[in-house]
Amino acid sequence: MSNARGRIFNIQRFSIHDGPGIRTIVFFKGCVMRCAWCCNPESQSYDVQSMLEGGKQKTVGRDVTVSEIMPEILSDMPYYRRSGGGVTLSGGEVLCQSDFAAELLKECKHYGLHTAIESAASLPYENIEKLLPYLDLYLMDIKHTCPKKHKEFTGRDNALILENAKRVSESGVELIIRTPVIPTFNDTREEILSIAKFAKSLNGVKEHHLLPYHRLGSPKYEGLGRSYSLSDIEPPSQEKMEYLASISESVGLYAQIGG
Amino acid sequence: MENIKFQIEKSERIPKLISALYGKMPQIVATRGKLITESYKKTENLPITKRRSAAFSHILENLPIVIRDNELIVGSATVEPRGAQVFPEYSYEWLEAELDTVSTRAADPFYISEETKADLRSIYPYWKGKTTSDLAKSNMSPDAYSAFVDHSVFTPGNYFYNGIGHVSVNYAKVLKSGYRGIIAEAEAAIDALDVADPEYVKRIAFLEAVIESCEAVINYARRYAALALEMSHKESCPVRQKELATIAKNCSRVPEFGASGFHEACQSFWFIQMLLQIESSGHSISPGRFDRYMYPYYKKDIDEGKITKEEAQELIDCVWVKFNDLNKVRDADSAAGFAGYGTFQNLIVGGQDEHGIDSTNDLSYMCLEASMHVPLPQPSISIRVWNGSPESLLIKAAALTRLGTGLPAYYNDEVIIPSIMSRGVTLDDARDYCIIGCVEPQKAGKTDGWHDAAFFNMCRPLELAFSAGYDKGTKIGADTPSVEDIKSFEQFYEAYKAQQSYMIKLMVNACNAIDMAHATRCPLPFQSCMVEDCIGRGKSLQEGGAVYNFTGPQGFGIANNTDGLIAIKKLVFDEGRVTLSEMRDALAANFGYGISGAAAEKMTVDVASKLAEHGMEINDAAIKAIYDEITTAASLEEGKKQRYREIKRLIDEECPKYGNDIYEVDVFARDVANTYTKEVEKYKNVRGGIFQAGLYPVSANVPLGGTTGATPDGRLAYTPLADGIGPASGRDVKGPTATANSVARLEQSVASNGTLLNQKFHPSALSGMSGLTKFVSLIRSYFDQKGMHVQFNVVTRETLLDAQKNPENYKTLVVRVAGYSALFTTLSRSLQDDIIARTEQGW
Repeated sequence: MSNARGRIFNIQRFSIHDGPGIRTIVFFKGCVMRCAWCCNPESQSYDVQSMLEGGKQKTVGRDVTVSEIMPEILSDMPYYRRSGGGVTLSGGEVLCQSDFAAELLKECKHYGLHTAIESAASLPYENIEKLLPYLDLYLMDIKHTCPKKHKEFTGRDNALILENAKRVSESGVELIIRTPVIPTFNDTREEILSIAKFAKSLNGVKEHHLLPYHRLGSPKYEGLGRSYSLSDIEPPSQEKMEYLASISESVGLYAQIGG
Repeated sequence: MENIKFQIEKSERIPKLISALYGKMPQIVATRGKLITESYKKTENLPITKRRSAAFSHILENLPIVIRDNELIVGSATVEPRGAQVFPEYSYEWLEAELDTVSTRAADPFYISEETKADLRSIYPYWKGKTTSDLAKSNMSPDAYSAFVDHSVFTPGNYFYNGIGHVSVNYAKVLKSGYRGIIAEAEAAIDALDVADPEYVKRIAFLEAVIESCEAVINYARRYAALALEMSHKESCPVRQKELATIAKNCSRVPEFGASGFHEACQSFWFIQMLLQIESSGHSISPGRFDRYMYPYYKKDIDEGKITKEEAQELIDCVWVKFNDLNKVRDADSAAGFAGYGTFQNLIVGGQDEHGIDSTNDLSYMCLEASMHVPLPQPSISIRVWNGSPESLLIKAAALTRLGTGLPAYYNDEVIIPSIMSRGVTLDDARDYCIIGCVEPQKAGKTDGWHDAAFFNMCRPLELAFSAGYDKGTKIGADTPSVEDIKSFEQFYEAYKAQQSYMIKLMVNACNAIDMAHATRCPLPFQSCMVEDCIGRGKSLQEGGAVYNFTGPQGFGIANNTDGLIAIKKLVFDEGRVTLSEMRDALAANFGYGISGAAAEKMTVDVASKLAEHGMEINDAAIKAIYDEITTAASLEEGKKQRYREIKRLIDEECPKYGNDIYEVDVFARDVANTYTKEVEKYKNVRGGIFQAGLYPVSANVPLGGTTGATPDGRLAYTPLADGIGPASGRDVKGPTATANSVARLEQSVASNGTLLNQKFHPSALSGMSGLTKFVSLIRSYFDQKGMHVQFNVVTRETLLDAQKNPENYKTLVVRVAGYSALFTTLSRSLQDDIIARTEQGW
């Protein structure tokens, strides 16, 4: 087995909203974006951190090898088999540790697991290319089509993301576009329509997942000694989500609320 | 719209029936108690089987009857909705003592009128010394009685105080041939008797009692026919008039004769079901495979165009409502243990037939649909799952689970069939199993399972291993070394096993003593005539007339003992960070945390009364001082208090716990469970059968946790014990797949009297078709690994907290408590808290 080393902060079993079937998610530490709504703020810095959780200090981040974490991933084999599930790498940004990600996906493939990544694709395409031979599904975040607004809310320009989306769609790997729906950022008809049209323009893309904003991650900001800038934003209503889903469907996509 | 089969619109009749049933607090009714006393006084010269049938006949002749508004299926044990009759022949002292508190108690209160109280007080003197409970007590060894009553190591209280119940009769036989058919069978058996047979006297008495009981039932149904006819004549609404005329016609034909169609079959079924619960007080009278034995009547009517699916559904829904019309009053302690007015009428759909072919049919789906239409605790609906179960049936079941009523419970054919075969059940019979009560498998119509025989608290023998067999200053257990002399983990583990084996022996004595008392004083000819081979053998079920005889006492506390023993091994023997006597002292001192809640209040009262006995003056200030000391452990030296708290922290934070998919821990849990199951199966019962263990606590882990001190898994004194075979509350942190993997490592098939795993889910885990499909996969994956049973609470924590605060808004909130579902707001506060505390499975 591989001795490739990477930094993760959680392995979550029985995940049912991040790809087909019952899955295990490996959360990578470190991200290039700084989205204000991020529900895993402890994922952003690559550094091993200390976070206050439930009154106790907890260390976030640990260095592991592929062979060290495979047993836990394989523990749920009966569930993957029955449900058509597998493994999803998430983050943080998986592509920041693309060599480790590639080795991990390769090892999962050796066991016949279905593989997926959740990623915002905002690194050079070479980082993505390394994963493609071992990847079944790319769950790609497209948060906004306007470069200015994208940069304002995430800290990064979106040109590279849109370009990578096109190249991934041509690679033959299944691609699903996901959009976190954040009030004041991208929850208007025009903004969702623009993202949906872009998604539809990509080769083979059929699904668009609209993920409603939630603030379940807000206590973690406090635990990290940071302030939560969206504290006065309410989660979108069910009606609003259904309306936006209908906008996405209007361009000919299958829209799904939630993962 | 999700593609779920058999989504049938609910008839408007159903909500009306439900709201009429739940209009007010259920009440205790004295009529049966009075009637049986009258009859018993006149029959003292008869053999006991004949006394029983004479009493049954007298009751059915005189019990007031009622047809409620909108009913299509009739037959009620009391005129008042959800009323409870009493059964003084089993025991009465508890009710006599609680007559004035039963209406105000926390769990399962019942209204009782002053007139009823007077009636009951007038009949009780007759029963003194004549009950099954009285005889059971004198049958029992004093050591067993003391371990049960004074030390709560185990409790066979259910059958000590009540009837046995826990049976599924041969409904198909009555549906097909009626009680006329059974009378003919009994008459033929009488004809075949040999007067010189040494058993002749007993046999003829039993067979004549069967005939008398069946005649009584036929006459009882005729009373309903007459009442319906009379009501139809007076009825002004033509629709209702027609319904009443149909009821009259049905009751004049069934259950005397075989049913000719589905409506008659439903009516016949209901008479059987209800009358079994008038003959005796035992709960868990389980309908079993309703979808199988009712199907021929449904199919015939559908094929002949006599009924539509909607009409058939309405009839099933009506039967479902009726299940909730039956009620049972228990003593306050049992009510806390079986909370939720449970009658545990378990009805199961799906699974293989006796030939190993999947038996799913329209009714399997419609029964699940009925449980969606009638969101009440009864029937306890279950589903059998095997490799050949249609996915669509499981999706339908998952859609029912999603509603959050805790129903259905899922059972695994692939484990249960071989498991009960290992107890001597034939392959064909094993394939046709159903579930009794909470989780107990049996072959219906051939078995006296004595399931639920006793609760065995496995944490108590572990306590006794610390005290060399002493409890409350008295030696009650086996001889094992004192803690100071125990030098290795193996030695300690052996001491635990020795204490447990000794207590199991006493429990077996207690069960057999009670079993004999029922055979002697309360044989049940009516119930027996529907279980093979009672008529053939001329013997009641209680005397060993069934083909298969078992006694199934259930153990619990596996998770607490596993985690505790592992902590002892690691901290005491492997690492030497705590001594065994220090651990004992830390447990005795509740880890330095004092005692809180009801336990503290009770202890204060005990201490105060002891002091008073010794002549101390007890005033408010003294009581406050005692209470303060108990709740804060004030008398404990500060250094010791800190040390004991540190020991608890080491246990909590540094010791591995069962339920997290840690192989070494889980296989040790398997061994711990086997210390109980493999010991119990060594024993024989008095009906010619064997003991077989179950592993489930119903909800007794809460009240019996309330009598258990701190345990070495870090659990504080008098808090609930672990539920079922699941992890201790809050100890599983890796999600439902890890929990299921751990639990599947137990040798569940040895617990052939049933196992129980509760899992709690947030409704979002089942949203959409994709959620349902993944949920079904989760169940299948657990079952692939030889899990026997699983059930789910799907409700949000917020909902439950709000229901505690505003119970008036949640009158119909049903949650899965243990082996059954109950109305949340009727549960005691502590049980509510336990349900809330169960780890909410995350994603």
